Amino acid sequence: MRRYVVLISLLTLLIGLTVWITNLEWIKEGVYKPFTWGDILNCTRTHLEMVLIAELIAISIGVPLGILVTRPGLKKLATPVIGGANVGQSIPSLAVIAIMAPILGFGLQSAIVALFIYGLLPVVRNSYAGINNIDPAIVEAARGMGMTKGQIARKIELPLALPVIMTGIRISTVITVGTAELAVLVGGAGLGRITLTGVFSLQPLTILQGAAPTAALAIILGFILERIERRMTSRGLRVKAEMS
Amino acid sequence: MIKLDKVTKVYPDGTEAVKEVSLEVGKGELCILLGPSGCGKTTTMKMINRLLPISGGQIYINGLDNTKMDDNELRRNMGYAIQQIGLFPNMTVGQNIETVPELKGWPKAERRRRAEELLELMGMDPNEFMDEYPNELSGGQCQRVGVARALGADPPILLMDEPFGAIDTITRVRLQDEFLKIQQEIKKTIIFVTHDIYEAIKMADKIALMKEGQLVQYDTPANLLYRPKNEFVENFVGTDRALKGLQLIRVKEVMTSSPPRVKSDEKVGAAREQMEREGIDWLVVVNDDGKFAGWVDKADLGRGDRVRSIMGHSVMTTTVNTVLNEALSLMLSYGLENLAIVTEDNRLQGVVNFGVIRKALTELTQRRQSE
Ligand SMILES: Nc1ncnc2c1ncn2[C@@H]1O[C@H](COP(=O)(O)OP(=O)(O)OP(=O)(O)O)[C@@H](O)[C@H]1O
Ligand SMILES: [Mg+2]
Repeated sequence: MRRYVVLISLLTLLIGLTVWITNLEWIKEGVYKPFTWGDILNCTRTHLEMVLIAELIAISIGVPLGILVTRPGLKKLATPVIGGANVGQSIPSLAVIAIMAPILGFGLQSAIVALFIYGLLPVVRNSYAGINNIDPAIVEAARGMGMTKGQIARKIELPLALPVIMTGIRISTVITVGTAELAVLVGGAGLGRITLTGVFSLQPLTILQGAAPTAALAIILGFILERIERRMTSRGLRVKAEMS
Repeated sequence: MIKLDKVTKVYPDGTEAVKEVSLEVGKGELCILLGPSGCGKTTTMKMINRLLPISGGQIYINGLDNTKMDDNELRRNMGYAIQQIGLFPNMTVGQNIETVPELKGWPKAERRRRAEELLELMGMDPNEFMDEYPNELSGGQCQRVGVARALGADPPILLMDEPFGAIDTITRVRLQDEFLKIQQEIKKTIIFVTHDIYEAIKMADKIALMKEGQLVQYDTPANLLYRPKNEFVENFVGTDRALKGLQLIRVKEVMTSSPPRVKSDEKVGAAREQMEREGIDWLVVVNDDGKFAGWVDKADLGRGDRVRSIMGHSVMTTTVNTVLNEALSLMLSYGLENLAIVTEDNRLQGVVNFGVIRKALTELTQRRQSE
């Protein structure tokens, strides 16, 4: 309950800030062309599009990859795969994005590929951990009762790992919303256009005009994904304290 | 039904967990694997349903080599209660119990009926527990659901790895009795692991005592107690053999089956006459319908008019299948001199007292010594 209060006050604050700045008269009379409501909405939309596309690719590659390396035959690959993803994320996001431009050229595609690479780790790591951390006794009981490998995966392993996988997706999405601010540097779009304009023209209010909606977007997406995560979690997997 | 022939297990790390174990369990027999922690009980069991590959020797189920069968088919016809319980946390109690019936394609209604039946058998109210999740149950309740799940599809063979390990003593004794009662009716072939020697003596048709992967003695409980093959068995059985022997005798074998009794609405005078006539100082009180009501003692006779108004209401009773050890323990903990033996609907069947138990014990020891 208290969390909701904090969340809603924060959102109100961020959106209120954006509204206030955008409606300010003096900005419109400033030295550069100020950003209008139309600009903000447009940028938010492209921002969201970039994030969603990158995230969809990260999920459709990361989840199967994370699960595959838990399988008996492929266990040996777990260390290099998780390690590789870890290295990917230890490179600063700015560098990942910057590297893409010379390789794929300036444009949205570079931005999306960079965001995908950067968002991959939490998805892979949580998919792997979700399956790998299941109590082996549970899987053994299932085997002992004559479930096939497919049945164990479908009825036991996936449902048990799902909450952990969903957490990975949520973390990845929230991170990607932030990283996407930099996409504009390689020819992408999004709210980074506003924020970085503010940075380069030394206009703190313009910076806020881009940064506040970005933060709001991260909070809203995180919240929606958390609701989905709860929906998909069997009552048997929720901790007792959480239920009361 | 189940035959192990020089079964050996060497784990990939080189641990020799089971060494040339040979034993045969007949149809409808309850065989207990007994032995200290790490002696290879679980390993032996897991080779029977092929959760572990065998390293040497053969296992036959109904005369067929189990390596020649389809794994999943084999396992669906062999109830398995794993030592760590291993309930599926994402499924309700009902769904857990219905696992194997569902795999076997039973219709929904029939599965549900079976789950209700099994929960009741385990002493858990289906209305209360059917839709609970494992994380909402106590350890003992989880374990009972684990046993119910193993019995799910009514398999002819049961493998149970310490199925009552996490259950409190009172419920445990009740479940043991209940289990033995069902076993008398359904006659499943059971391999049951425990390291509780009391449980083993009470439940087993035959006990396989293991030590460091080897089978030391495979014998009836009585022979294990009174004819230990070597020092290890003797030490494992322990010194209080006489007391453990009481686990071998059931109340029905020794009870006084027509104890002196009086109806609860008789006059006190009649009770006094009966005591004097039979030369005793107590009577069992029964109701008109033959149900057990309480006790009347010579010391209480002075007061009151009807037996009903002066009798002691002892609620502690037990049934004919109780082993003497537990009957004795009930009498000691409730301070009873006589323990009423009743049917399930509380009709009086007999009485045991200290004298009866002492006599049984003496006979048991003498018989063993003369053999
Ligand atoms: N996967 C494994 N790899 C190597 N050694 C193992 C493995 N599992 C068990 N062991 C060893 O094999 C021996 C027998 O183990 P097992 O689990 O069969 O014993 P147990 O009689 O069931 O013991 P407990 O009463 O503690 O359950 C032990 O020494 C154990 O350490
Ligand atoms: Mg064990």
